[in-house]
Amino acid sequence: MEEFILNLKKQILQALNLEKITMEDIDTDARLFEGLGPDSIDVLDLNILLEKNYGLKIHAAEKGKKLLCYVRTMAEYININKK
Amino acid sequence: MANRVFVTGIGIIAAIGNHTEEALQSLTQKRSGIVKGTTLDTIFKDNIPFGEIKLSNKVLAEKLNIPSSNSYTRTALLAMTSAKEALVHAQIKDIRNARTGLISATSVGGMDRSEQFFKEYHQDKNKGRLRDIVGHDCGDHTEKIADFLGINDYMTTLSTACSSSANAIIAGSRMIKNQILDRVIIGGADSLTKFTMNGFNSLMIFDRNFCRPFDETRFGLNLGEGAAYLVLESEKMLEREPRKILCEVKGFGNASDAYHQTASSPDGFGACLAMRKALESAQLKPSDIDYINAHGTGTPNNDLSEGKAIENVFQDMLPLFSSTKAYTGHTLGATGAIEAVLCVLAIQHGLIYPNLNFTTPMKELAIRPVTELITNAKVDHVLSNSFGFGGNNTSLIFSKIYN
Amino acid sequence: MAAYIKGIGIVSPLKTADSSDFPSEISVPVGLPFLKCIEPAYKKYLDPMASRRMSRSIKMGIYAAKRCLEDAGVEIPDAIITGTGLGCIEDTEKFMISLLDNNETLLNPTPFIQSTHNTISAQISILLKCHGYNFTYVHRGFSFESALLDSLMMLKEEPSGNILLGGMDEITEISHHILYRLGHWRKTIAGEGAAFFLLCNTKGTSDYAKIDSVHTFYKPANDEEIRNQIRNFLHQKQLDFADIDLAVLGINGDGKLDLPYHALMNDILKDACNVKYKNLCGEYFTSSSFALWLAAIIMKGQQVPDTVLIDKKAEKPIKNILIYNHYRNINHSLILLQNAEL
Repeated sequence: MEEFILNLKKQILQALNLEKITMEDIDTDARLFEGLGPDSIDVLDLNILLEKNYGLKIHAAEKGKKLLCYVRTMAEYININKK
Repeated sequence: MANRVFVTGIGIIAAIGNHTEEALQSLTQKRSGIVKGTTLDTIFKDNIPFGEIKLSNKVLAEKLNIPSSNSYTRTALLAMTSAKEALVHAQIKDIRNARTGLISATSVGGMDRSEQFFKEYHQDKNKGRLRDIVGHDCGDHTEKIADFLGINDYMTTLSTACSSSANAIIAGSRMIKNQILDRVIIGGADSLTKFTMNGFNSLMIFDRNFCRPFDETRFGLNLGEGAAYLVLESEKMLEREPRKILCEVKGFGNASDAYHQTASSPDGFGACLAMRKALESAQLKPSDIDYINAHGTGTPNNDLSEGKAIENVFQDMLPLFSSTKAYTGHTLGATGAIEAVLCVLAIQHGLIYPNLNFTTPMKELAIRPVTELITNAKVDHVLSNSFGFGGNNTSLIFSKIYN
Repeated sequence: MAAYIKGIGIVSPLKTADSSDFPSEISVPVGLPFLKCIEPAYKKYLDPMASRRMSRSIKMGIYAAKRCLEDAGVEIPDAIITGTGLGCIEDTEKFMISLLDNNETLLNPTPFIQSTHNTISAQISILLKCHGYNFTYVHRGFSFESALLDSLMMLKEEPSGNILLGGMDEITEISHHILYRLGHWRKTIAGEGAAFFLLCNTKGTSDYAKIDSVHTFYKPANDEEIRNQIRNFLHQKQLDFADIDLAVLGINGDGKLDLPYHALMNDILKDACNVKYKNLCGEYFTSSSFALWLAAIIMKGQQVPDTVLIDKKAEKPIKNILIYNHYRNINHSLILLQNAEL
């Protein structure tokens, strides 16, 4: 699981175009985004990551926002649902 | 700044008609110009609704007497067509007899041809026809209009996403009020492109069905293309050279939502500001407005935000309102000017346009748009909204002139 | 209509990002066929998470804007008015490439959003929570001048306002190559930059200069028309050619395009101190914003850097500076600066 999470962090960095941030900077269990969480564009970007790499799509906007706040919850969702 | 600004000519080309008369017929016959499919070579080519103009570039060029082997973008051709109509309509005897400016607007300029260039260039850097890229930038179509109509005193181009040509109307009006120009041809143009189709699709606000502004089941927008121009003239100019006045540009307001790059604030803060600024500049009360032509794109976010803003500003003095985007599609940079022309026609002919495709009211709003065409209406003051990406919010007020 | 320049922020191919003064050393960048900006450490003004989507040109624009506001001691301006000829062209290219490479499927929206021409103005308004008027002009070599004219009009309408005025354009390898194929850059060098100015009506103690007026004209027929345009422009301010102490000229190294400038230097500007600037910033649609920075710091410091001198040094106190530039002999513009003390 840990290796999977590392890989996921790499994909997140790429999807969100976070140049100056490294994988070590991302805490698996801390909120990914400052303030209120991912905005609508982040949700779109991360959805593309999920669909391209795991064949998954989160349809409900609110569900997506909650899930995508933490690397841990994203990883768990992918593990359960990936095709 | 006592100089009043009057509209003396209008021109339009959009999915609802190739000129003003045709557009008016579509509006009064409740005939939307949006149909499924497009002639563009894209994965969206079948089954997705677009407000595409049925004239090819070849035909547009022929009508303008331009040789067929040209480098004119579709945006430029549409712009020149409707700018010419507006000028002819204004019956100006000599364009050079007063300080005349041209202010146009667009969101993607000549992208209709540049994307064709780029497709080849991307494969091989020596490929791609240069005549396809030379008109890429936003200023190109404006200079094409200027050369075509012989306007030389002042020209510029604006681009603020979907509020672009509404802002051109503000810019032109202010140049007249500040006595820098006596008259100005203002408007905007945008043609359908794969770039914008894919852009809105990537934002997931692209409806695969016909758009339903202010409806609970709305999903997104239908893209359209088009151009519209208005001739604005100063009070002094019309005293010197009396001609028919269509209406007055009574007030305007531009404000920033300052919330998010693509989403509007939930309470429509920027939209409220823009509408209030417009009312203040027109020295009118909310109760003076007879009709609001909403931005009403049919996206979940805009219609909620705008709806809340309208409720906030007008409260229990709500005028009749509708979005006309189910007629024309969302024409991006041209939308402000196209809807301005529709507002002028509404004033001229006493019309209130229906908000097509509306069936289910939005849960969050108490207000409902007009769903039937109203004729012989009292249309003295019309408010027109155009809200662009980046939270750029513009409201314009047009008023009837009683002699 | 006149306004005082209270603050400046500029990111350019010179080391100007953190100080608006003329840099003490000029380093000519090597390895690229165009003049690229020397970029600052963005984290001074931009949080990495907040700027996660911003492309290079947006970061440069925001940095220059924030520096300008800091320089002027203004937190939130009343209006943001900018000019750009091509907008964020890198994002346009990115989205276009992505569209082609992915066959219109599963595209990231970010470069599409950034490609809208008013992105920089919008991002500034979002970061500052500025709800004021926000316009972006996009007309080739008139882009910055249109924004300047709008700013001056705005100050006439709202005399107590602080207007943030900006001009910016970026160069990419793709756009450079395409323009090269179109015949540009054979005798001149492309460049880029972002320059912001804080304008207001109230005279202060450390203003850079007073901007008196701006004028644009299109495809002049000949040198005589250019002279007439300048004459009329100056006469409106009760000035004559002889009143011009210093002229900042858009000479770009292309002999044919430079002819109008040389004609003026042999004629109405023969007694002025003539200065060039495109050797430092390169040619781009909004290069006159770089020229305005140069003119403003010359006016404030009453000193002319040697690297920009064309002919004689400035003799008398510099009271009136004329900026004259044209883009490919199509878009011509004039800006008049006066000493803020007068």
